[in-house]
Amino acid sequence: MRLITHNMLQCHAKNCNSNNFPLQLSQVEIVNQETEFNPMFLRNMLPKLEWNALVKTALQINVTLPTVLPESTTDDLDEEFLKTLHGILLETHILQGAMTCPNCNRVYPIKDGIPNMLLNETEA
Amino acid sequence: MSRPEHKAPPEIFYNDDEARKYTSNSRIQSIQAEMALRALELLNLPENETCFLLDIGCGSGLSGEILDEENHIWVGLDISPSMLQVALDREVEGDLFLQDVGQGIGFRPGTFDGAISISALQWLCNADQQSHNPKSRLNRFFSTLYASLRRGARAIFQFYPENDDQCELIMSVAMRCGFEGGLVVDYPNSKKAKKYYLCLFAGQIPGRQKQQIPQALGEDES
Ligand SMILES: [Zn+2]
Repeated sequence: MRLITHNMLQCHAKNCNSNNFPLQLSQVEIVNQETEFNPMFLRNMLPKLEWNALVKTALQINVTLPTVLPESTTDDLDEEFLKTLHGILLETHILQGAMTCPNCNRVYPIKDGIPNMLLNETEA
Repeated sequence: MSRPEHKAPPEIFYNDDEARKYTSNSRIQSIQAEMALRALELLNLPENETCFLLDIGCGSGLSGEILDEENHIWVGLDISPSMLQVALDREVEGDLFLQDVGQGIGFRPGTFDGAISISALQWLCNADQQSHNPKSRLNRFFSTLYASLRRGARAIFQFYPENDDQCELIMSVAMRCGFEGGLVVDYPNSKKAKKYYLCLFAGQIPGRQKQQIPQALGEDES
């Protein structure tokens, strides 16, 4: 799972409807996979990102991002910054680990890059 | 012809053997690719733009490969671990999730620019466990899907409805969850080529013309 997807993910247990984002990563094994740089896609995705959550997640994998998304967001962000974002959002894959919901503490394991989101009967 | 969804739940039916057989069957490959392309066309995305898409019941990634070829970034959900393993082996680009969409999906509001689903929706109408109620599972699925889509985004489901009642149930639940849209039946007069696409709109795009149900293909042919 790429970090862009993690930034969109929240807990879906039945009665867990608030404070259920971002899922806290732990014991992660990450891998970097190069992929084509697509500045237009990044610009389109920027408004959808939860910046604070991304900063927090990036810190967990030892990448420091500016705490505030640079002003004048979409059009004239410099290439250098977009390339950093590209590396974090689209080239960083979580291979193994776990994600914990900050609200209900449900743990979703990640194996071979695939999060297991199956709920048991009482949670669904 | 017996329907696979009557034999066993999808995660059991598509075991390692079936998942591999299914994926390596060249006839299935070309039909799935064709339907994925048609679904993508019905999504009506802006031209030459890379979009963030959801593939519901992505299986071994046959439809995802089409999304890759068209340069989109995608997330795929499937309940069969064997199918997902084949997708991993085939090195598709999308992010894969082991998920029962009848339990709802967990993406933040407005995440996706569109969703496609190829040959999966009919599975959701089964009651594989005593606790399964197809109507409430459909409701949970459509309501969480609606929330995860950008306003005005579309969700296109190619599926094999079992009968009119099933079609009606699916449509009525989707509409109750806020979707607009309807059914597109391609080649309705051909026994072989006839295909059902449920075209759902997550509302309208502000300031744009109202979305209309797309034109079906081959309506005059027989
Ligand atoms: Zn939760």
